[in-house]
Amino acid sequence: MKKSIFIGAFAATSLVAGVAQAQQTLEAILDRGELNCGVSTGLAGFSAPDANGVWQGFDVAKCRAVAAAILDDPMAVNFVPTTGQTRFSALASGEVDMLARNTTWTFTRDIDLRLTFVGTNYYDGQGFMVPREIGVSSGMELDGATVCIQTGTTTELNLADFFRANGMEYEPVPIETNAEAQQQYLAGACDVYTTDVSGLAATRASFGEPDDHVILPEVISKEPLGPVVRDGDKNWEGIVRWTLFALMAAEELGVTSANVEELAQGTDSPEINRLLGSEGDFGDMLGLDSDWAVRAIAASGNYGEIFAANIGEQTPIGLARGLNAQWTQGGLIYAPPFR
Amino acid sequence: MSNIEAHTVAYVRDTMLPEQTPPITEKGAVKWLRENLFSGWLNSVLTVLSLLVIWWALAAIGPWLLNTIWNAGSLRECREILDGTPGACFAVINDRWHQLLFGFYPSQHYWRPTLAFVLLLASLAPVLFTNLPRKLLYVSAAYPFVAYHLLWGGSIWLPVSAALGFVAGFVAFVFARRVNGLLAVFAAVLAPIFWWLFLAQPFNAGLSSVLPIGLEFVRSDRFGGFLISLVIGVTGISLSLPLGILLALGRQSDMVFVKSVCVIFIEFIRGVPLITLLFTASLLLNYFLPPGTSFDLILRVIIMVTLFAAAYMAEVIRGGLAALPRGQYEAADALGLDYWKAQRLIIMPQALKISIPGIVNTFIGLFKDTTLVVFIGLLDPIGLSNAIRADTDWNGIYWELFIFIGALFFLFCFGISRYSMYLERKLKTDHR
Repeated sequence: MKKSIFIGAFAATSLVAGVAQAQQTLEAILDRGELNCGVSTGLAGFSAPDANGVWQGFDVAKCRAVAAAILDDPMAVNFVPTTGQTRFSALASGEVDMLARNTTWTFTRDIDLRLTFVGTNYYDGQGFMVPREIGVSSGMELDGATVCIQTGTTTELNLADFFRANGMEYEPVPIETNAEAQQQYLAGACDVYTTDVSGLAATRASFGEPDDHVILPEVISKEPLGPVVRDGDKNWEGIVRWTLFALMAAEELGVTSANVEELAQGTDSPEINRLLGSEGDFGDMLGLDSDWAVRAIAASGNYGEIFAANIGEQTPIGLARGLNAQWTQGGLIYAPPFR
Repeated sequence: MSNIEAHTVAYVRDTMLPEQTPPITEKGAVKWLRENLFSGWLNSVLTVLSLLVIWWALAAIGPWLLNTIWNAGSLRECREILDGTPGACFAVINDRWHQLLFGFYPSQHYWRPTLAFVLLLASLAPVLFTNLPRKLLYVSAAYPFVAYHLLWGGSIWLPVSAALGFVAGFVAFVFARRVNGLLAVFAAVLAPIFWWLFLAQPFNAGLSSVLPIGLEFVRSDRFGGFLISLVIGVTGISLSLPLGILLALGRQSDMVFVKSVCVIFIEFIRGVPLITLLFTASLLLNYFLPPGTSFDLILRVIIMVTLFAAAYMAEVIRGGLAALPRGQYEAADALGLDYWKAQRLIIMPQALKISIPGIVNTFIGLFKDTTLVVFIGLLDPIGLSNAIRADTDWNGIYWELFIFIGALFFLFCFGISRYSMYLERKLKTDHR
């Protein structure tokens, strides 16, 4: 009884807080002069501070694009490092305006936690890495393997599902962090390391001899990662969502950070004109000015440029576009029309 | 005459024999080795085994440490320079030491935390060593306000007006003491509260608008690395001792209300892990504060860490109080001392002396516990090591970062522990 009263009071408090915050995220950011963006405390290629303390990465670029669209300054972002435990409450309590932090879009997070996933900016999936010398070429040959697995994550459940569905046995070696997993795996404490494929690629790239390890072709789960905002502020949700789509559409339409200023003067393509604001008043509808998308794209380039600069094949992480190619190239990156 | 020895025995030596050197097994290094390392077959076996372990460790780590690379831009570059030979890549420390020490503190202001640290040592000196001039204690008293201004900056009048609260309390105490002792205590407590609640704000605002001087404001989320550990650790340590003493006295008090409040507080805090309190500070408090008020996260953490350490400190000091013979309390009563005088002159000096090892233990534990803030997303040295590793340049580097962090923590903790041994020796009055 007492517990339920407490939970009720708790929910009421957060509801009041939520209502009070609704419809004013944009104004709050404009007042403050900077965007509070929740990122992970450090994930190779996605978010990490460089030697000067400036945050860099794929998720970070997304925050900078939103800041550029609203405040005309990609550096006007206050990055708040969040852990897996603190990320959602940081968002719900208003400590951050948006999360751009390798967060998987799931039913319960979307509905039960009252969050809004504005889209998917990276399609990930769980995979396996094994040393080349054990000669395994498929996930189906992993019967009886010892597997290094991070505890308390969806990867743990996916792994159990995969092995049960295929009638195989495995012995889990529970580990706490990615860093610990790398050490355990290299020390031979487990035959297989499993986590998201992007993480496996980053891990493999950090090894002294990356070619001695292979990432198996099986991808056993869907992990759509995307930016998250609170429920209850449709305008703010729209700004974050359509900034993401603007970056995707820019790649599709051939708008890059190099030519965006030039194309913004007006082109023959009505779609580009609508995106860059020389036609229509899409900026007004968002509560921004007409150049919002130009600034977002100029901040760190379109979706493809951001991908290539942070996690693409030219970087040490070396991820192929794969599922994250444009839909015209056989991938899943598909921005709804700007119309 | 014939009874004297020279006449009754055949021969008497009348000069000293020259001193002979002791047998080879009974002197110098050989003797020391025999007595300390090979005094029996069991000890000999253990000695040999230990030597083997030491040799094995040195052989494993030595070449790696000696073959250290200090200048490289990334782990890949390090590996190219090493070219397959085992070697440490301390280039990461060379590249990121400022981040490990200061976090995201603006680099043009690095002198501020550095100066604050030097002043910390200066202001600790008169507290720690009694042979220094007592006047220096005024420096120590001013330090918290100076350090706050150095670290956070902003208007200089904020710490000044905060400090004036204590001055107000002191002045009120001096004046009220002429009337009544009890009144003086009340005045000393109420005057600063009155000042802070009603007068400090206009005083601060007024002077800030007239004389806007002060260092550039640096936000708390710029703090990181050892700066954050030290800020939390030093504040927690210096606040938890007085709080702990009060709690310990409260727990021994005859007043039911005071006693039960103290017991409940101590038992509650001791029954809850620190990490839970930190999560409460970081997550739960947000929901209950009005939206838009951002109550500084570092401040929340400092409060939680201080309360946590104070509860442990109270129990350590209660141990010291319990170890005092009953006669000491009775002697204080017999001398006609009131409660506070008895505590100050007789009970506490002895109880604290007994508790020194326990107190220092709590201090060191608290300082090391500051690394737990990594779980709520504050980038202390451990958190930063994670963030540094997430940079593609340094992904895959472990031991070098942890060795550096460990060495710095060791430096502080070892320093604290050596000081406590010095203090124990100095205060030793018994003849054991």
